[in-house]
Amino acid sequence: MAATIFVLYLAMGQPEINVWNGLFWMIQLFVCVNAVAKSFLAESRGRMLYFYTIVGGRHFILAKLLFNVLLMMAMTLTSWLLFAVFLGNPVIHFWQFLGITLLGGTSLSLVFTFLSAIAARAQQNAALMAILGFPLIIPQLLLLMKISNIVFADVIQAGLTQILLLLGGLDLLVIVLAMILFPFLWKD
Amino acid sequence: MRKSWWKILCAVILLYTVSCGLLFDVPAREILHETIRNLFFHVCMWMAMMVLLSASVYYSIRYLRTQQLRDDIYAVNYAKVGLLLGILGYATGAVWAKYTWTEFADMSQIFTEPKLTGTAIALLIYFAYLVLRGSLNDIDKKARISAVYNIFAYAMLFPSIWILPRLMESLHPGRGGNPALNFNDLDSRLRIVFWPAIIGWTLLGVWITTLKIRIDLLKEKSLLNG
Repeated sequence: MAATIFVLYLAMGQPEINVWNGLFWMIQLFVCVNAVAKSFLAESRGRMLYFYTIVGGRHFILAKLLFNVLLMMAMTLTSWLLFAVFLGNPVIHFWQFLGITLLGGTSLSLVFTFLSAIAARAQQNAALMAILGFPLIIPQLLLLMKISNIVFADVIQAGLTQILLLLGGLDLLVIVLAMILFPFLWKD
Repeated sequence: MRKSWWKILCAVILLYTVSCGLLFDVPAREILHETIRNLFFHVCMWMAMMVLLSASVYYSIRYLRTQQLRDDIYAVNYAKVGLLLGILGYATGAVWAKYTWTEFADMSQIFTEPKLTGTAIALLIYFAYLVLRGSLNDIDKKARISAVYNIFAYAMLFPSIWILPRLMESLHPGRGGNPALNFNDLDSRLRIVFWPAIIGWTLLGVWITTLKIRIDLLKEKSLLNG
């Protein structure tokens, strides 16, 4: 991650605000695919069998989701720090951006955790996960980029709470769906 | 005869749609002019697509409940025909946009149009669904995993294509309100063709799907017996 951001710095220097925002979320997306994909793809068959004997499907997916959310939050914060070091920090409203990045990290990791479970059942590599996941995540990414624009300006945009509620609602939806659908992937 | 009444109805309605849709008197609107006749084709494609994709998800849920392979065949065929209608909706929309939007909007405005991104996402998701099915060999596993993905994708997609366009500015008719079109705006002359047209195109989609399902069921039967 640090290497990627350093390369970005070499390539762009200090980018403009829009570019900064776009790059930031793109990096988050790829970090998420690489970090979260490991959660199911890297588990060996034997260990999955062991988990299967000790816990139910619901608890297992919930634990995975929770772990990945925390992991992704840490990743997001680290990359923000690195962005600030290399590419400059145009953020004016610190706390708002903190909230948005945490929410964004959560959304990304929830969706990709579940997709990695699907891709792992298909015994496929991360490429399949990217095919499955990118179309699903585009709407959320668009919303995130839109609302993170507000932290660079003094004007507060209208309809902000609506978008935040929508993102939160989508996150909840993903959790509920994962809880309902995972047991079907689990038994094999 | 008792079972084929809806096919006859479908043919009659589509004949009515095409002939009256092209011949009737339509209200003159600014910018739109005569292209408003595309309403009977473009909007109806999307409506029919949504109905068929919903049917696909219904059968996916049923598959997970019953584990009957028949339901999986229904689900995948509804998704495929829904995808076809989506592509047709894109094509008719492109023709329409050529005569209305390109005159006063530049290309970058059209490319960032939320409705277009939304439908691009929808099509990509269902292509991904087919890719996922193609990458699995075991029939039962294929059915189960793709059913799970279908439900998940549908649940994620539909809120975002219904809500997202309402939050962003757009060139598409009905901005700042219903994303598809403004129903109060719809002239009664348009309405008498428009509503039957939706039913007609949806029935045509269902008809195509049932034919495909029958072919697949026959294939499966010969696979199991031979």
